[in-house]
Amino acid sequence: MTDKRRLLPGLDAPAILREAGKLLDRRVEQPSRRAFLRRGLTLGGLAMLSGCSLSDDESVEKALSAVSRFNDRVQGWIFDPAKLAPTYPESMITRPFPFNAFYGIDEVPQVDEASFRLEVTGLVADKRRWRLDELRAMAQVDQVTRHICVEGWSAIGKWGGVPFADFLKRVGADLSAKYVGFKCADDYYTSIDMPTALHPQTILALTYDGRTLPPEYGFPMKLRMPTKLGYKNPKHIQAIFVTNTYPGGYWEDQGYNWFGGS
Amino acid sequence: MMAPPALDQGPAAPQPAIHPRWLRVTHWLNALAVVIMAMSGWRIYNAAPFFDFTFPNGITLGGWLGGALQWHFAGMWLLVANGLIYLALNAASGRLWRKFLPVSPGGVVRDLLAALRGRLSHADPRRYNQVQRVAYLFVMVDIAVLVLSGLVLWKSVQFGLLRDLMGGYEAARRVHFFAMALLAAFVAVHLAMVALVPRSLLTMIRGK
Repeated sequence: MTDKRRLLPGLDAPAILREAGKLLDRRVEQPSRRAFLRRGLTLGGLAMLSGCSLSDDESVEKALSAVSRFNDRVQGWIFDPAKLAPTYPESMITRPFPFNAFYGIDEVPQVDEASFRLEVTGLVADKRRWRLDELRAMAQVDQVTRHICVEGWSAIGKWGGVPFADFLKRVGADLSAKYVGFKCADDYYTSIDMPTALHPQTILALTYDGRTLPPEYGFPMKLRMPTKLGYKNPKHIQAIFVTNTYPGGYWEDQGYNWFGGS
Repeated sequence: MMAPPALDQGPAAPQPAIHPRWLRVTHWLNALAVVIMAMSGWRIYNAAPFFDFTFPNGITLGGWLGGALQWHFAGMWLLVANGLIYLALNAASGRLWRKFLPVSPGGVVRDLLAALRGRLSHADPRRYNQVQRVAYLFVMVDIAVLVLSGLVLWKSVQFGLLRDLMGGYEAARRVHFFAMALLAAFVAVHLAMVALVPRSLLTMIRGK
């Protein structure tokens, strides 16, 4: 990322508008019409839109949130659980795979495996807590997929673990519930729709690139979904719950789209 | 092609609008949608720029990445719905063929040269010269490319075929960016032309 700032050639809007304004003044004699045309040249209040005034307006914010919730529903309809994300050969893995979190790499939580227990609550039949080796004892899969960040960049990585659908069935989750929520050791939290939770490529990842998931990539476990943007893929998961009450999320509560994926 | 003689505009014969109302409405809604999409899109680009520059935050919309994304994913409905209505009415009324065809490379070059020499007639605003025709047809295609590449970025798994046609997710980002840059270039030229022929702005507002 860079801080260099330069306009695209041909995009110097203020200069264009100034120039156009001068031309208009020469050609249009009547002052009222001139003023009218000049106002028209602000591109429908381009300046107004760019300022914070409009975005900070509470009613605008509410309207945008309402559209975002509408988009959640639309995305739920578009989602086809049979559509698979592309997979890649291991030679295409991005090395080193970028670390990304809402804090620096030196603040990554260190979870102690010996005392760790995964909590499973909500609409599930079996609420017992899980040790890591019990999860490792279940059938494992791995896949090389593209991780897409909400910022736009992407990177290819290899995650392995338990298909999340297997896990949900094993704990007797209500598979008709709306949401699966996650609470993490770094105080991150997020939630996903049940159809995505049951997608064949959604895995409770315990490994990265064939080795135990390192702390920076989410030890002890991360929910890996190639159909969702990065912020929907929680790391350092400590608790999983199934619910019909909208649980939101760390970034979602600040304005990121809740569905957040493909 | 020579411009036809100017029509006799007697006060007794009221002229039909040069631009029908539906065209003016869809034009201005499209302009609003394009401004929203471009300015919020620049903010989104700034979050992970793939060239050695970012857009000044002062000309972006949304205040931060999350706000820009909200604007972008709201503006898209206006852009697409309005664009489909425009295309449907344009096709159904026959205006698409009447106004934008025929267009030929030779005709475009001829009209472009005439325009550069300041010899292009604007006597009949009902008729688009060949440079206008090719520019307006181009911008229709360009916005379609923006929408399709945007669909890939939004739903890369669900629109797998489209993703592969674009050359994959990362290539689709570049397609989306360059289509934006071409649209911005079109807008710059379009505004310059409006400034040179201010009457065209009035006809797009009042219809005549």
